[in-house]
Amino acid sequence: MPEVEIRKFATVVEEVFHEGGPRATTPLRRAAVIAVIRNPFAGRYVADIQPFMEDLKPLGLTMANRLVDLLGGDPSVVEGYGKGAIVGAAGEVEHGALWHAPGGYAMREVLGDAMAIVPSTKKVGGVGTRLDVPITHINASYVRSHFDAMELGLNDAPRADEMALMLVMTTGPRVHHRAGGLAADQITGKDGLR
Amino acid sequence: MSAEIRKLAVWVEETHAEMGRPIKPATRKAVAVAVIANPFAGRYAEDLSDLIEIGAELGGLLGARCVAALGIEPGQAQSYGKAAMVGEGGELEHAAAILHPKLGAPLRAAVEKGAALVPSSKKMGGPGQVLDVPLGHKDAAYVRSHFDGIEVRLNDAPRAGEIMVAVAVTDSGRPLPRVGGLTHAEAEGKDGLR
Repeated sequence: MPEVEIRKFATVVEEVFHEGGPRATTPLRRAAVIAVIRNPFAGRYVADIQPFMEDLKPLGLTMANRLVDLLGGDPSVVEGYGKGAIVGAAGEVEHGALWHAPGGYAMREVLGDAMAIVPSTKKVGGVGTRLDVPITHINASYVRSHFDAMELGLNDAPRADEMALMLVMTTGPRVHHRAGGLAADQITGKDGLR
Repeated sequence: MSAEIRKLAVWVEETHAEMGRPIKPATRKAVAVAVIANPFAGRYAEDLSDLIEIGAELGGLLGARCVAALGIEPGQAQSYGKAAMVGEGGELEHAAAILHPKLGAPLRAAVEKGAALVPSSKKMGGPGQVLDVPLGHKDAAYVRSHFDGIEVRLNDAPRAGEIMVAVAVTDSGRPLPRVGGLTHAEAEGKDGLR
């Protein structure tokens, strides 16, 4: 199978102290990692693309571990996550779908027993394209305080024959969350939803 | 007056390959951004000394954040730059007050030495707008391999009453430098130029 060729990594950590309201005692932290890789299927139609998911697994684990490190090294501080992909213009959106399994399972593995599906989005785009990566609670998708998103992109990626693969982790709810709904301390089931 | 920080973000880029050529070690750039309240938004103030003091505080804070994000000793930093984007309730002179009088000295302490001028840019702007931070060698401005820049943008800043202040630090030059000129190894770093 094609080896994963990495051109670039980028990481970002945000600390949000407030958004016009009371200053948070513990700031919300949001971390993201982007890997810019060559798209082995760019420029032509390839029917069988699934083996590449296996090739992406080590990259997924590397990226998930980097996020935990960026947040201080303790996976238990992570409360939200998300993932996304931008496929360069010589590829197709289906190539981005290859990131679902390796990206999602890597984070769930690194975080222990995270139960909720990892929210995701993907699109085809050129250099400078931004992607709004959705974020939800790691154990219960309906926890309203943790619905969030992080806008990510790179001025020089993805080139036509590349993909930008993204993972995001956060340490808590929106800084001034007050829209009600299921609260994180009310999670009851083990179904990943509530 | 100290800075009223709403948000901090630290972005790191690593380039591992370019044009199919591996880059070992990868070139790395960090940029740290503070989103602060503009104490003079919406009114004309003759005396901008509050912003000058904020500049001194942020030069040290953001420089140290970059060095920490790169995981290097201060003396391993090779280039630096600074920039500010003022939200629409302020004026361009507010950026000048933050950047020019006092930001440099604590930044130089954070990266050791820093004989060269810190290259800078400034603009007015709104949320999501790009700020390009210029980069130059920290001890010898003529080192040609280290002329570069890094883009930062935050989708939610600067709001009208805010200023986005950025400091960038690298531990390397451009990925595949080959346009000649003074090199990092040749630089004496005494007069800040060569």
